[in-house]
Amino acid sequence: MSIIRSLTQWLFVCCLALPLMAQAQAESQPAGDNGQALLQALADSSNAQKGQVLSDIAKSGDERARDWLEAFASGKLSRVEDSGQFVIVLENRGRNWKVKDALTGESMGEISRRDLDNIRINNALRRELDGILSVIDLTVDNADTRLEAARAIRGRVDEAMAERITTLLETESDDRVSDVLSESLAIYRVEQGDVASVAQLSGSLNTEARAALTTVARGDDPAMVKAANEALASIEQKLKWNRAAETLYFGLSLGSVLVLAAIGLAITFGVMGVINMAHGELIMLGAYTTWGMQQLLPGQPGLALLLSIPAGFMVAALAGIAIERSVIQFLKGRPLETLLATFGISLILQQLVRTVISPLNRTVITPEWMSGSIMVNEALSLTLNRLYIIGFALIVFAGLMLIMRKTRLGLEVRAVTQNRAMARSMGIKATKVDIMTFALGSGVAGLAGVALSQITNVGPNLGQNYIIDSFMVVVFGGVGNLWGTLLAGLSLGTINQLLEPWAGAVLAKIVVLVFIILFIQKRPRGLFPQKGRAAEG
Amino acid sequence: MSIMTELGRRDRVFDFLTPTQSPVDVRHGPILYMEDVSVSFDGFKAINNLNLTIDDGELRCIIGPNGAGKTTMMDIITGKTRPNTGSVWFGSRHNLLAMSEPDIATLGIGRKFQKPTVFEALTVFENLELAMAADKRVFPTLTARMTGETRDRIDEVLTMIGLTALRHRDAGILSHGQKQWLEIGMLLMQKPRLLLVDEPVAGMTEQEMERTAELLTSLAGKQSVVVVEHDMGFVRSIARKVTVLHQGSVLAEGTMDQVSNDRKVIEVYLGEGA
Amino acid sequence: MQSSQSFLARPFTERSTQLFLGILFAAMAVVTVLHLAVPEGSALYVSAYTITLLGKYLCYALLAVAVDLVWGYLGILSLGHGAFFALGGYAMGMYLMRQIGDRGVYGNPDLPDFMVFLNWQELPWYWQGFDMAWFAFIMVLLAPGILALVFGFLAFRSRVTGVYLSIITQALTFALMLAFFRNEMGFGGNNGLTDFKDILGFDLRTDATRMGLFLATGVALAIGYVICRIIVTSKLGRVSVACRDAEARTRFLGYRVERVQLFVFAVSAMLAGVAGALYVPQVGIINPSEFSPLFSIEIVVWVALGGRATLYGAVIGALLVNYAKTVFTGVMPDAWLFALGALFVLVTVFLPKGIAGLLPSLKKKPQDDDSTPPSTAKEVTA
Repeated sequence: MSIIRSLTQWLFVCCLALPLMAQAQAESQPAGDNGQALLQALADSSNAQKGQVLSDIAKSGDERARDWLEAFASGKLSRVEDSGQFVIVLENRGRNWKVKDALTGESMGEISRRDLDNIRINNALRRELDGILSVIDLTVDNADTRLEAARAIRGRVDEAMAERITTLLETESDDRVSDVLSESLAIYRVEQGDVASVAQLSGSLNTEARAALTTVARGDDPAMVKAANEALASIEQKLKWNRAAETLYFGLSLGSVLVLAAIGLAITFGVMGVINMAHGELIMLGAYTTWGMQQLLPGQPGLALLLSIPAGFMVAALAGIAIERSVIQFLKGRPLETLLATFGISLILQQLVRTVISPLNRTVITPEWMSGSIMVNEALSLTLNRLYIIGFALIVFAGLMLIMRKTRLGLEVRAVTQNRAMARSMGIKATKVDIMTFALGSGVAGLAGVALSQITNVGPNLGQNYIIDSFMVVVFGGVGNLWGTLLAGLSLGTINQLLEPWAGAVLAKIVVLVFIILFIQKRPRGLFPQKGRAAEG
Repeated sequence: MSIMTELGRRDRVFDFLTPTQSPVDVRHGPILYMEDVSVSFDGFKAINNLNLTIDDGELRCIIGPNGAGKTTMMDIITGKTRPNTGSVWFGSRHNLLAMSEPDIATLGIGRKFQKPTVFEALTVFENLELAMAADKRVFPTLTARMTGETRDRIDEVLTMIGLTALRHRDAGILSHGQKQWLEIGMLLMQKPRLLLVDEPVAGMTEQEMERTAELLTSLAGKQSVVVVEHDMGFVRSIARKVTVLHQGSVLAEGTMDQVSNDRKVIEVYLGEGA
Repeated sequence: MQSSQSFLARPFTERSTQLFLGILFAAMAVVTVLHLAVPEGSALYVSAYTITLLGKYLCYALLAVAVDLVWGYLGILSLGHGAFFALGGYAMGMYLMRQIGDRGVYGNPDLPDFMVFLNWQELPWYWQGFDMAWFAFIMVLLAPGILALVFGFLAFRSRVTGVYLSIITQALTFALMLAFFRNEMGFGGNNGLTDFKDILGFDLRTDATRMGLFLATGVALAIGYVICRIIVTSKLGRVSVACRDAEARTRFLGYRVERVQLFVFAVSAMLAGVAGALYVPQVGIINPSEFSPLFSIEIVVWVALGGRATLYGAVIGALLVNYAKTVFTGVMPDAWLFALGALFVLVTVFLPKGIAGLLPSLKKKPQDDDSTPPSTAKEVTA
């Protein structure tokens, strides 16, 4: 408790102090300082000399140096012809440009373009400037800015910068920044032919580091060539692992999509034995629910998405109940007829969406907290939406497992599937259980739709694209086995991703389909078959 | 032997030309040996070290409580289930474990299921026609013609099972007992050396049971018959030798009187009932 | 049924087959007369367009018969028969493509247009021989036949049946569709094969050729129907029904169920291939959409509507549904999928025996030459 209290007090003090400090800074800048002189030197020197002037400006420690240099880099630093005053152009449209004073930062309103004398820059200078700017950033207080700056100067270090970096390293407090800085330094030294620094780059995933090593590996110094090649080999090895991890990630994410799409089917087909060809359209309904929610709550895509989870479940579950009551209950024990009838329903649902909403795809917005990616290291970054979907799939799976294993409904479902007559004689309302199970399976399809809306087009054909895959997953995993479905979905997703690099997406899909067809020949009851006499029925 | 003669032996090149039917060798007495057979489903041992020998021409009854492994035993003999260990021989020449179901059937083992299984969409006559011993490969079946001989044989069996009047009715309309008989009739059409009959009198009236008993006892001698039955009265009426199965292995074997006085058997049955 | 006649002669003694062939040939004759003898302005005149449309329906009817053979009599619900149809169609399409010769857009005498477009230098090996009609016509049977044999061998051997089989047949046709969509496959990719000029030297655009194709399709349907009847009236047909209803029992009787299934499945696939081959010159195009799972499952609903295990029911169903489709898509295209979907549901729930189930007179089994007529048996039991 006391720590928190002292922290709060400290924060409080800081808050009070900050404005005071800012004021102090502002006052410490005397008018007519050497800024004018520096800019004058920059404007009047030749291109060859400008480099020197630039580093002088950078070393001056002037607070405004960054502003000047950035303006110079983008060609916005000008001198007013008459007064010799330096200005920074804020807006350069039209005849009169909006400018501000480069020294005081005060707006000067609009000045005619003709009265301004632009201070020119060339590409060589611009490159140099980038490095200089980064070095300036290396001294700011914010560690993240420093890290970014440190990354930016990698591979562009020259003699002068190397010295500066060496001094900076002594005071750098953030480990991430100092790591990047020493790597930059090492790259520079390797480029200069320092064999000892090669070891430092071994295992680095940075492209600059790799480029430097590749260059020196082609050189004449045998010791250098050997060391560089060794380092490159270790980098290659590390990259291979990263690529494998990336494939695995994509595979798992595709796999969890398959699991989501198939797990509802695993309930209706696997547990109840009902072939629901309209399962894909229930997924589609879930996706359209997300779209509808976002239409209802414009500007709040995140909230809409969260609300879509229960809404999508309900919509699909209700649709499932309607299907069960209107058709499936009359076709008990006739699986092939059920297949045909539900296929008819899927056609109707698709056409319904086409007619009522639109035959075109709808756009579902991805909320901010789901976009972007996590950078694990420089060669591997994981997109967030896929990460969310993997997590969502696992949560849904765990939830279903709990329902089937731990609740009364799960118990009754298992009882009814194993021996309907016996279950009924024990007072279980088999019809009610049928409805509940089907609603559960359908609702999960709706959840899959909500998730899918984040990574694929929401259109009338959404369901069709997943129905065959879903059945394949359930059959591959072993009908009636949720764990089998999980494993089958994840492994099929991964296999698909592994094949894609050398086979292409379409061929990979074909190969997977053929693989499953062959697999079912070998093990007709899937990965995890139900054994014994009960399974023969 | 010259190469040409060797090449001329087409049956060695094309395995479907190899004669599959070779006579069953029963010179040593028994027609069926089961040795140390075990099979388990998901860790549950349905058959546990089962040893059983059936003599040629014998009528054997097999009894045992539910789950004793009677049906699984039949599955193993007919090739439906493969045991984990053990060996099963038909006569002393044919290893049943290396054969498929149709091969085993063609070899002369007929089976009646626990639940009567007849082809309900076909007539009684057609059911028997399909069962008849004949060349059962695809093309001979396609071109098969009905001969007078076949018809006589079917008529004969129809009389035996008392379904002559219903010969052109779909088997689906038959009563439970009639289906049982039709299935036994189908077994007879196969002219098997060994009949496996699973609960033949379930759902039959007293009268029907008597006729079934007569039918089965009249078969013994010409064919070997293995009957699995729950109905003790029925077993007593036909049995010469009885085998008691319990937990997948043989508990006792002997005449009906011997086994019904066996202490272990009484324990098992009373234990079941209690 | 237990006929002592030759298995080939049996169908012709059946009343249903006689009736079917009679109606089919009569209809073909009427259409021919109405096309040739009636003046063009007359209300009774049948245009070449209508004849091609009817020819297309007859192709579908043959396809439906093929599906009914495996579904109705063998209990195998194939959701992939469109694949066999399409393979037959592609074999024919390749022949027609080669017949174009140098009359294509690019005028290349050795390569079809789409290959020139893809910068291919020579004909792929699997296109060799398709310039010869006899070879192409054999491939019309072999391509679907071999696929059915390989697929069936794998599936039936491991006893994949029922819903599982249906699902993997669907996966099969889906995989083939994806494959044929690829340009690299060398079958024209997305666009398929089209722009055909002539067949066996006859110009495809003339009315006479269209008429000829229509009549050829009618004859093919008649032959296909008779072949199926030969199978189902034979002992093998009864064994098929036995496999359908009690597979294990059939096996214990000594029949090799998987071989029976394989034989019937392959025959059915070849009939589907013939249907596809006759379809292509009449519609003038073959593309991967024929492989789509939707088309395959649509065939099944034709059969379901007409009535399973009757064969003539399949023909009725195919004609009715496709006529309805033509009408609907002409008048209100959006409603067609609603109607088709509703048809699926209504037929399976309310009309499990299909239209044929409403025609009891044809269902009666013909008298056989057995000593005891069936009527006696019925009197006894009555």
